[in-house]
Formats: sequence, C-alpha cells, structure tokens
Amino acid sequence: MDFDDTREEAEFRKEVRQWLAANAEPKSGAFETWQSRYPGRDGYEGLERAKEFQAKKADAGFAALHWPVEWGGRALPPIYQVIYSQEETKYLVARGYFEIGLGMCMPTLFAFGTEEQKRRHAPVALRGQEVWCQLFSEPGAGSDLAGLRTRAQKNGDEWVINGQKIWTSGAHWADWAILVARSDPKAAKHKGLTFFFLSMKTPGIETRRIKQISGASHFNEVYFTDVRIPDSQRLGAVGAGWGVAITTLMNERLTSGDLRGPDFEEIFGLARSVGLEDGPAIKNSAVRERLADIYVKTQGVRLTRFRTMTALSRGETPGPENSIGKLVNAPKAQEIASFAMDLLDMGGVVMDKDTAPLRAAFQESLLSSPGGRIAAGTDEILRNIIAERVLGLPQDVRVDRDLPFDQLPTGAR
Amino acid sequence: MNFDFSPDQRSLREQARKFLTEQSSSVRVRRILDGAAPYDAELWRGMGEMGWIGTAIPEPYGGAGFGYLELCVLAEELGRSLAPTPFASTIYLAAEALLLAGTDAQKKRWLPRIAQAEAIGCLALAEGAHVATADNIATRVTGGRISGTKLPVMDGDVADFAVVAAAESSGHAGLFLVDLKGAGVTRTSVSTVDPTRSHARIVFDGAAAEPLGAGDGGWPLVERLLDRAAVLVAFEQVGGAQAALDMAREYALGRFAFGRQIASFQAIKHKLADMYVGVELARSNAYYGAWALSKDAKELPVAAAAARVAASEAYYQAAKENIQVHGGMGFTWEFDCHLHYRRAKLTGLMLGSTRRWKDLLIARLEAAA
Repeated sequence: MDFDDTREEAEFRKEVRQWLAANAEPKSGAFETWQSRYPGRDGYEGLERAKEFQAKKADAGFAALHWPVEWGGRALPPIYQVIYSQEETKYLVARGYFEIGLGMCMPTLFAFGTEEQKRRHAPVALRGQEVWCQLFSEPGAGSDLAGLRTRAQKNGDEWVINGQKIWTSGAHWADWAILVARSDPKAAKHKGLTFFFLSMKTPGIETRRIKQISGASHFNEVYFTDVRIPDSQRLGAVGAGWGVAITTLMNERLTSGDLRGPDFEEIFGLARSVGLEDGPAIKNSAVRERLADIYVKTQGVRLTRFRTMTALSRGETPGPENSIGKLVNAPKAQEIASFAMDLLDMGGVVMDKDTAPLRAAFQESLLSSPGGRIAAGTDEILRNIIAERVLGLPQDVRVDRDLPFDQLPTGAR
Repeated sequence: MNFDFSPDQRSLREQARKFLTEQSSSVRVRRILDGAAPYDAELWRGMGEMGWIGTAIPEPYGGAGFGYLELCVLAEELGRSLAPTPFASTIYLAAEALLLAGTDAQKKRWLPRIAQAEAIGCLALAEGAHVATADNIATRVTGGRISGTKLPVMDGDVADFAVVAAAESSGHAGLFLVDLKGAGVTRTSVSTVDPTRSHARIVFDGAAAEPLGAGDGGWPLVERLLDRAAVLVAFEQVGGAQAALDMAREYALGRFAFGRQIASFQAIKHKLADMYVGVELARSNAYYGAWALSKDAKELPVAAAAARVAASEAYYQAAKENIQVHGGMGFTWEFDCHLHYRRAKLTGLMLGSTRRWKDLLIARLEAAA
C-alpha cells in the first residue's frame, strides 16, 4: 500500500505539470468553471476555446492516455489518467465537451467499427475537431432505456429513422452521434434494437435545446424525420443493438461520477467564514457533525476510486462497483448546496454573483444538482445495479421481457 | 500508487479466514455468549500459535516484526468472525501504548509475554457514564500509588496489566502502567450489551503505578494511542459490517414471500445496496488509515478519525438492517444477527462515540487548513 508515485509515474507527473504550466489556464481565486468564464454566444465561445485547448492537449499526447498508440493514445494504465486529472484540476478545466465522444462513442467505435471508420473518426475526435453526442434516451425510455421507440426501417442499403430522442447532451453543437433505434417492434424489447452512428448534419434531424431548472441548456430534444443512414454505419448486428449500448454505458461509468459543483472543501471553507447566532459556523456542533459526514463520504469516494484504479492498473476490468461514486456524490452535491444556503440564513437565497459567496456556486448547485441524481443512471437504477450485479440479487420481476415489443402496455407519460 | 494489500497480505487474510471459520465459528462465539468464560482461551492460544498476537511487535521484543498492514488484515478477519478474545485490548491498546511511549524496561517486561499469549493487557480510561477528558479524570497517582475507579475496562477482569489514564496530584493527566495482579486492585466483572467481550470495574486503592515511559506524554499521548487503535478497530468494524451484509444477502436470497425471493423486492435490494455503499466507503477510509498508520504519516490523525467515523456508522447500519432483513427471526437469540448488532454498538463506543470523533475530525481539519 503506497501513495507515492513510481519512478515512471513521477516522471509522467513532471511532464504533465510542465505542459499544463505552459498551456493550461490558471483558475482565478473564486470558484469558477470553464462555462462561467466563457459564457459568450450562448456557450459557443466556451466550445471554441475548449476545442483549441483540446487540440493542444491531443498534440501533446494527453487527450486519451489509455487509447492505443495508433489512435493517438499512449496505451498507459488508467493510473496515468488519474495523475493527469489530478494535475489538470489545479487549472481551469474545459469539461463537458469531449467526454461523451472520447469516453463513450469512440470506445464503442473501437469495439464495433471498421478500421476505416476508426481512422476517419478517432483522430479528429481526439483533437476536438468533431464533437460527438449520444442519442439514447427518449421521452418514453429513460431508466427503461430498452423501451425506446425511435424506428429504424431498412430500405435497400439504407436505414430510415423516425422518432424522437431527449436529454441529449451537446446535441446542438455535436458533429456526430451514436444512436440506438428499434429495428423490429415484433421482437421482444431487448432483441429488436440496432445501433448506428451518423452525422448530425444529416437531413431530417432537428435539435431543440431544453432549458433546465438552473436556466442552463446542456440538453436537447432531437427529432428524426426520414433520416437516412447507410447500412455501413451500423455498429454490431441487426437486432444486437442492446449489447452494443451496454458497451457504451459500461464506459460511461468510468467517465461520470466526478462532483462538478461545490464539494467538501467549499462547504468547509464557507463554514469557516460565516457567522451564526452563536459565533462562527465552524464552531457550531450541529454544523461540525454534518461537515464530518460530508468529509467521510467525500474521502470515501475519492479513496474508493484509488482502489478501482489500483485494480485497473493490474489489468482487471472496471466493474459495476464503480456505480458507488455517482450514487454517493450526486445526492451529496444537493445536500452541500442546501446546507450552505442554510448557513447563509435569509441571505442564502441571493444568487447575484457579485454578492453570493463563491459567485453563487452553492445556489447554482441547488438548481443543477437534482439533474446529477437522474442523468447517467438515477439513484434508484444505480441501487438496482449494485444489488443485481455486485450483490447478485435477482432482477426485478419483468412483465415485459418476453412479449413482442409492440404488445407492451404504455401510459400517457 | 498501489492502494491495496500485497499478495502476501492477501494470503494472510485467506489463512486467517480459514482458521477463524473453524476456531471462531458461531458455535464457539456462542459458548462465550451463553457461558461463564470471559473469553475463548483455546482460540486465544491458537492465535498465539499462529503468531498473530505478536504480528506488529518488533522482533527484539519477541514479536514477528511485521507491519501494521498485516495487523489490519487480521483485524478485519477477527471482526468478521466476532472472535471473542482480548486481542483489541492487548494489541491495539496495551501493546500499542508500550510501543508508543514505554521505556525499554517496560517493553521488555510485557511485550515478549504478550507475543507468546502469556500476558493480557488493557486500557483503563473511562470512569463511568460520561466522556473521559484530561480535565475530568478523577483517578489520581500520588507517590507511585494509584487510586480511583475505572468503568468499564474491556478485558479488565482477565488482564495481567493495565495502561491507566490518571492524573498526578499536580492535575497533570497521562498514562500509567499498573500490574493488575498486585495489591490494591479490586476487579469485578460488569455486564455490557455485548457479552462476547468481557468488561470489568477496576477499583485502585493505592496500587503501585509507574508512568508509561518518561511520563511526559500527557493527554496527547492518549489521543495518539486512540488514533492508532481507531484504525485497527475500523478494520474489525469493516469485517463485521461485511459479515452482516453477507448474512442479510444470504437470508434475502433464501427467504420467499408473496411467491418470490424477498431479495427480488426493491425495498430489500436498495437496503442492501445502501449497506454495501456504507461498507465500501468505510473500507476505503480504513485503507487510508492503514496506510497512514503503517507510514506513521502526518495524515494519521485525520485519516484515523475519518476511518473511525465511517466504520462505526457502516457497521451499525449493516448490523441493524441485517436484523430488519431477517424479520422476526432477526431478533431471536437463536439467530446470529444480534451478535453483530451488539458488537457494532460496542466497537462504536469503545474508543469514544462517533459524535466525539466527528468533532475531532473537524478540529483536525481546521488545524490542517
């Protein structure tokens, strides 16, 4: 058991530090994100600057450390990604633009695409020149993803897509997408799906941004009207789309789970700086007890990730136990936001960036954190995953498993 | 970075689990629960023969000279199997106090006997139903004689010597060594919520006492000792919590209601998932504590407090929900659920309550900030 870098790791860390010092943007003192520094032109300014940084990062070989060398990676064990992230976090990080493409879409393409397709897409995705999105969820298929209804109908060498997707992060600026659609409504629900990738510039695609309760618009509705995809852009066999989607989602567990809003350090700092009726908040025993709870969870998740990384470095496969990080962090983010506002008492409601502590990061987190408990697996689905895949408990009784999909009951919502 | 136990340490775990599955089975633990014996002497001797008792005692003092990581591995298995022995008192507290602050003569007197399972030690700190602090310790040492009452003292009824928290007549509180077989010591067993671990009231009435080490450790030495024990007890708690989770899982898979395994109901699945999350967060915090303990790192005070808080809460959660999953059978004497429920509460208090450790944790984070 040893937290020190090996000699190779220490050399790598030094290389990362030197490169970041020369190329990354320092954080300004306050709590700040890439999006809050570059809010211009409805977020597109942030995207353009993120692309510039991504190209530099890729050229320096830091953009996908665990990818094969032939696709611009360094084929390094996952521990090197941790080291890079530890160092990058000291700077303003361009998050939320390329994770889906590099973390989910490309691994799926690597597993199911042709050599030509990988050559065409991986290098430009790596440099941030093309952004990808993931067309999975639908209005009637969220946690129950396999209940999706967007139709894919074969027509000669093409597939014709009709339907609607929703909650698609970054679809408004994505160049390419992965898509799972229903190719056979007569088959049982998991057996009638087929997986594709396509250009978001394809005629018949309409994207509408969704305004979230935070006021931000990360997600979209995406409508398909007779959208044509060549059969060569199918990933996996016809009817085998569910298995391909599982590959994508397994990679999602590796990429998500970081808490992006205020964390223990921020609420601890706030408690040290604000006063309550009986003195500094940090001296109040009820406050101290809650802070301790938050610290223990925060450390627990961070250290659990080190255990996972150790297992990965030994060549073990990332398992469903990675669900812990998000299951703990997402509700914790909401708790921290609400707790921080309580410490500010009546003034806690103020969201004015020039007045509220940390430029209103806690208030923003109050409004954005509910999404964290829903996106990429709800709290409830994650508990099912832990129960079924880690603890080996039985699946829920499924009334829809073996029926033809088009005979399943549907509701109004 | 390598945040896991080594292959050798993991094979020690396998060996320990195999040994304890037989030697600390439910039947054996229940002999202590239901009988008059204060601990399982046969198991204790066996642990001595396995070389476990002297695991972290240096070779010059008759131990095996392994590190604390090996001790953590053993602690987890002892907690899992509810081993009814004076291991925690003797090793995490008494031997650890000697190693931390004892003079060479004090170490030579006790450590080799401990390593051979020939001496049992204990820590006498609490003085009744309130928090013991540097300011309120009533036990006094004057002219090398100690007087006062300690309650409860884990393994105080069977120990050969005690490390006693007491104040000198100047009011200066610290740790003292007392031979419990000498004059001026009256011990009576007291019942506790966990009869698988024995406890005593010890009344000192002018018993011979010598300062531990140079006698200048004061109360900070008590805190350092409790920090080190907190990491080791956290491993026992993680082991116990895992065992309670495993029991709940087995039962839920085998029990049918409404025509299905109860493990197929989300109310049960989500409960078990939450127990699992608690155990894993505790395990990770405990691992960090193990690392800090093994390196005597400056992070130890924070890491130990976090490990203690996480493990105490995870064990209690797992133990109480294990009863709930078992339904009515869970609160019968016959089922083993209560053994973990008792031990969870005991271990959660034996080094001070979770409430207090949370406060300590924040105080230490403040000091480090």
